[in-house]
Amino acid sequence: MRVVRLASEIDFVGWREAARSLRGQGVAPDTIIWTVDGEGDLFADPEPLAPPSPGGFTVSREFLELAEAVILHRSAERFSLLYRMLWRLAAEPNLLRIATDPDVVRANDFARQVSRAAHKMKAFVRFRTVGADPEAYAAWFEPAHRVTESVAPFFAKRFANMIWSILTPDVCIHWNGAQLAVTPGADPADAPGEDALEDYWRTYYASIFNPARLKVDAMTKEMPKRYWRNLPEARLIPDLIAAAEGRTTLMVAQAPSQPNRVVRQMARTARDATFDALSPQSLEAVSAGVDACRRCPLYKEATQGVPGGGPAPARLMLVGEQPGDQEDLAGRPFVGPAGQMLDKALAEAGVPRSETYVTNAVKHFKHALRGKRRIHQTPNPSEVTACRWWLDAERRLIRPRVVVTLGATAALSVFGKATPIGESRGIALQLPDQAQGVVTYHPSYLLRVPDAASKAKAYMLFVQDLRFAWELAS
Amino acid sequence: MVALTLKRKLEILSDAAKYDASCASSGTVKRDSVGGKGVGSTDGGMGICHAYAPDGRCISLLKILLTNFCVYDCAYCVNRVSSNTPRARFSVAEVVDLTLGFYKRNYIEGLFLSSGIIRSGDYTMEEMVAVAKSLRIDHDFRGYIHLKVIPEASPALVNEAALYADRISINVELPRDTSLADLAPEKDAVGIKKAMGRVRLGIDQANEKPIKTKPPKFAPAGQSTQMIVGADAATDGEILAKSAGLYGAYGMRRVYYSAYSPIPDTTSRLPPVRPPLMREHRLYQADWLMRFYGFAHDEITVQGVDLDLDIDPKLAWALRNRGDFPVDLNTAERETMLRTPGLGVRSVERMIDLRRYKQLTLEDVKRLTRRLDKLKPFIITADWRPGALTDKADLRARLTPPQQLSLF
Repeated sequence: MRVVRLASEIDFVGWREAARSLRGQGVAPDTIIWTVDGEGDLFADPEPLAPPSPGGFTVSREFLELAEAVILHRSAERFSLLYRMLWRLAAEPNLLRIATDPDVVRANDFARQVSRAAHKMKAFVRFRTVGADPEAYAAWFEPAHRVTESVAPFFAKRFANMIWSILTPDVCIHWNGAQLAVTPGADPADAPGEDALEDYWRTYYASIFNPARLKVDAMTKEMPKRYWRNLPEARLIPDLIAAAEGRTTLMVAQAPSQPNRVVRQMARTARDATFDALSPQSLEAVSAGVDACRRCPLYKEATQGVPGGGPAPARLMLVGEQPGDQEDLAGRPFVGPAGQMLDKALAEAGVPRSETYVTNAVKHFKHALRGKRRIHQTPNPSEVTACRWWLDAERRLIRPRVVVTLGATAALSVFGKATPIGESRGIALQLPDQAQGVVTYHPSYLLRVPDAASKAKAYMLFVQDLRFAWELAS
Repeated sequence: MVALTLKRKLEILSDAAKYDASCASSGTVKRDSVGGKGVGSTDGGMGICHAYAPDGRCISLLKILLTNFCVYDCAYCVNRVSSNTPRARFSVAEVVDLTLGFYKRNYIEGLFLSSGIIRSGDYTMEEMVAVAKSLRIDHDFRGYIHLKVIPEASPALVNEAALYADRISINVELPRDTSLADLAPEKDAVGIKKAMGRVRLGIDQANEKPIKTKPPKFAPAGQSTQMIVGADAATDGEILAKSAGLYGAYGMRRVYYSAYSPIPDTTSRLPPVRPPLMREHRLYQADWLMRFYGFAHDEITVQGVDLDLDIDPKLAWALRNRGDFPVDLNTAERETMLRTPGLGVRSVERMIDLRRYKQLTLEDVKRLTRRLDKLKPFIITADWRPGALTDKADLRARLTPPQQLSLF
């Protein structure tokens, strides 16, 4: 047996020289033991190689390229496999074309695995910052085959203006911004600790994953588990997989969501625009329109839309808040307890009901159920705004000289802003359409005032305001 | 409004970007950072996948939206204006810093930037271009950039995008123009086609032989597009016809198919379903046949007909065209061999190499391919003839891979 000792595991030049010499001397493949410096103690010292015979022989560029790749494979048989192929090439110059030959299959497999290992190294090295220098980086990596030095130029070109090191168990490579240097293999402990950006990278990794498309095999085929321990994102994988089915089931089972606020607003605007083009031209049209109105959700729980009532035109218009329980059922405004209070006060102020149009700022009854009772709820500004269009239509048709707002909601609707009653009552407020506005209490407020003296006082002011309004209108 | 942390923004804006199938970093020119000030290289050929998510998809680029605020209301999209999804917006500098930070740690090949439409198409496109410009000019970034183009943006902005980006893409979104009108009312099928057409003209112009001065760079990795599968009623026949049209008219590098996937906030206009992943897979196989195997779209399947989910489209074609088989592997033309089910481009090339030196036997074929049993009814070798096997009535059943059984 001939022992051949090469300088290193990836000593292609040494292998090529030895192989050239041995084939020149006719040393058969099965009589050679290939070793690498440092593991030679087991074997006899190698015989010095004879100088290559003059004349020599040639092999194709393709074989050299294949051999250069195969040398990087971790398999112990790679040197002898290549020498056997070199030996056979003498008699079978087209050997590499025979893709089904067992030696060729094996060499091609090795070359493919080495190429893949190099590709995965380009992909899976993860740099971490070193010390205070923001442009100095280092990585710990465990390549599947001995590809580190062959991949080094890739990193040097990609990160030419950084300072970096890649540490592996086989060998370490370093780039100082100008030159590559190679040092012996290192230990994981030599690598820097976690980088602050790794948390962001994990956030990205988890978020870009679509749980509805779980394909674990496809992932592990391309990102084999042997690489996971040096990939900061890999620790998330078990949890992401475990939660995926549940997340998907939830998404599929969920009810469709309501459009968000912005869109509801846009939809409302669009819908209102349509209504504007069809503005009602009569009180009958208002009455029918109010009933069919879907501008706000209040129609859902109410019995009907309640339009105003009274003559058209009328000098005076009274605007309340919204229909109550009774009004909702009757379909006419101010027929309940508050209506009775209003009738009494109008009579006392000397205002003829026959000259007065009575309506509400909001046409549907807003309430909440308490047991079997429907409890009044104050309409919110968006409901008031939605319904204002109907009130405006009524004002256009009635053409009142004076509009009396009863309570805060009516004032909000008519004046377009919150108008405190205590401060604003007793005076005439100019409205854009040449009518005058008068602010006063809502009759139901008078019903709620607890002590008799305050109640009497409020009632007196209320009658006073109605009389003031009627005088303005006359 | 409470200010979002950068990490929370990243979470929202990458979650919002995951429905774009493409993450390719391939097909651009070769360049590196030697002699420059920054980082980055591209090798001109295939890209690098730096990680794989448990959905099996490659993570090559930082794929994010600039913002997921959007004024459009596309039913299939989680970022539609009516969705209640959390919203966020990156500043130009934030995207630039994240891209460079990730790149320097070797997490990514570059950036794939898309965006919801805010204010106007031009405003949005300007912001996206500003990111690419800052990376290229301020930081001399030489990695990969893929920009999504807003079809409504002005041609001048698209040209600027193409100057900095390797690849640009405009999503056709849905196979049928009528479904686009239904599900994405603000999008305009004609406008999308016009934008793709302008991109193609730009690419062609940049690739012309320079007469005096070299034309400005224009997306050296070309353009691609994406179609959502399963959100409308289009059949696979329609989809492949549409793809063939896109490849033909606009020189697409790729048409991506994205199975309509349930989103966390669905609209009643488009109920959530489990994504039709097998259908998507078959479409990719069919697309592959069109691009690399010389098949016309209507040979694979015709208008109104879906692909067979149980068997791959090449096998399905062979079963419909048994008169063309068996194929003698020792004498057949390359084109004929490529149409044989079970033979890929690589194995065909090795066989052609090999048969110059020896007669191919079944044993040779076995070493060069994965599944001999699938191949045997369709081939002739020195030592094999399928005889009546090719015409057997139950051939389809024999070749259909067994369904995976689920635990009951």
